[in-house]
Amino acid sequence: MAYSDKTRGTYQETITSLKDAGLFKQERYIHSAQAADIEVEFPAGAPLKKVINICANNYLGLSSHPEVVKAAHAGLDSHGYGMSSVRFICGTQDIHRTLEQMVTKFLGTEDTILFPSCMDANAGVFEAILTKDDVMISDRLVHASIIDGIRLCSAMHDTFKHSDMEHLEEKLQLHNDKRLKCVITDGVFSMDGDTAKLDKMVELCEKYDALLFVDDSHSSGFIGKTGRGTHEQYGVMGKIDIITTTFGKGLGGASGGCVSGRKELVEMCRQKARPYLFSNTIAPPVVAGVIKVLEILSASTDRRDKLEKNTEFWRKGLIDAGLIIKAGDTPIVPVMLFNAKLAQDVSRDLYEEGIYAIGFFFPVVPQGAARIRTQISAGHEIHHLEKALDAFKKVGKKYDILGKTKQEIIEKYGM
Amino acid sequence: MEDMKEVIKAYVIKEYVEDDSEVTYDTPLISGGIVDSFSMVSLKRFLENKYQISIPDDKATPEAFDSVNKICALVNEFLK
Repeated sequence: MAYSDKTRGTYQETITSLKDAGLFKQERYIHSAQAADIEVEFPAGAPLKKVINICANNYLGLSSHPEVVKAAHAGLDSHGYGMSSVRFICGTQDIHRTLEQMVTKFLGTEDTILFPSCMDANAGVFEAILTKDDVMISDRLVHASIIDGIRLCSAMHDTFKHSDMEHLEEKLQLHNDKRLKCVITDGVFSMDGDTAKLDKMVELCEKYDALLFVDDSHSSGFIGKTGRGTHEQYGVMGKIDIITTTFGKGLGGASGGCVSGRKELVEMCRQKARPYLFSNTIAPPVVAGVIKVLEILSASTDRRDKLEKNTEFWRKGLIDAGLIIKAGDTPIVPVMLFNAKLAQDVSRDLYEEGIYAIGFFFPVVPQGAARIRTQISAGHEIHHLEKALDAFKKVGKKYDILGKTKQEIIEKYGM
Repeated sequence: MEDMKEVIKAYVIKEYVEDDSEVTYDTPLISGGIVDSFSMVSLKRFLENKYQISIPDDKATPEAFDSVNKICALVNEFLK
């Protein structure tokens, strides 16, 4: 027997230590479609509870939009369920190329290649376009999928302090002897909800002849006046060399991602990116759904405009209630609690009040920076947000954190 | 030697320490989580530029970079 008692014991010990350290993750079973109002079974076996979801990446409320669902049904009927192939063997349908062309137009780039997920796009892109003679210079807070992609690439890797443009310039000077330099950042940072200074980064990349890579997964569809992303917000459309993004968040929420940018870089991905070459194509119904999403967003900015208004309402409501939030204007709004146990307790009590929001703590965020990450959606109505604010006020009062400073909360609960 | 230690310590603090944590010549940098293994690259390049040396990759290990004292010893090995 290969799976001996000793082997089993080794894994059991590891799992126990995760539980002891408070790092054990438990899934909550949602019995409804993804939306502002959901029905949740938690813990497993408990009766279903109706709650308001304020922790989904469903920024535009399109995950269960009737037109998107209808388009996915039509795609299923016309193009089938799956392709049983990677793209370059027999896994490319007309709709895959249509979607690539639509994404290219939407983001204002030269070309686009689809990946099974943005995690895969980030895992494959660097290895496909850089060699050991090159250097990657990344913001220290980039997403885990980018870090994995960097690890898979033979180019040298260095970092710059989060959003510190002076430090980035020092690094560009330090590595100026390299064949190619690639500066890497998230557009919107997923834990803090702040945006990269893309106007400054474009300037620096032009000055030092460096490629600029932006993961716009938490931006595509709603950041910028017409929702094209952080490059629109900072007035640098057409100047980002590589954009990766996902269809698993604002753009319908199902799955899939892409690399979009300079046509030669996209072509290098088509020739060399391993997650593209060795993983199945995006399923036809999902492709059809994303095409509909892009049609909806290209025809009107109503949904991103509503999201902007909802975000303003939510941020103001939390500040007026006396809670500490991270400054910014994106729909990612972290409510800072600093202490890990406090974040878990507040999350549990919010759930009792009918609000589904999750606590984040070390090692996902730095020690002493525990928080509840709230995420606003165009699918929320004001009454959802009012109910969620009332719950935050009630729970905040219970723990005596309303109107308190960071120092006062840390003194009361510890780091 | 003391000057080199101070130069390297100052660089480490400027480059990697983002709060008011104290760094001594013996503070564990990599195993202590102050310098992540990715960021060792810039430290290696800084030392090579500053002291006009070339540190082979197989010598630039996390252990050899784990404190200011150890880094000084490594640099001195290649200065000779």
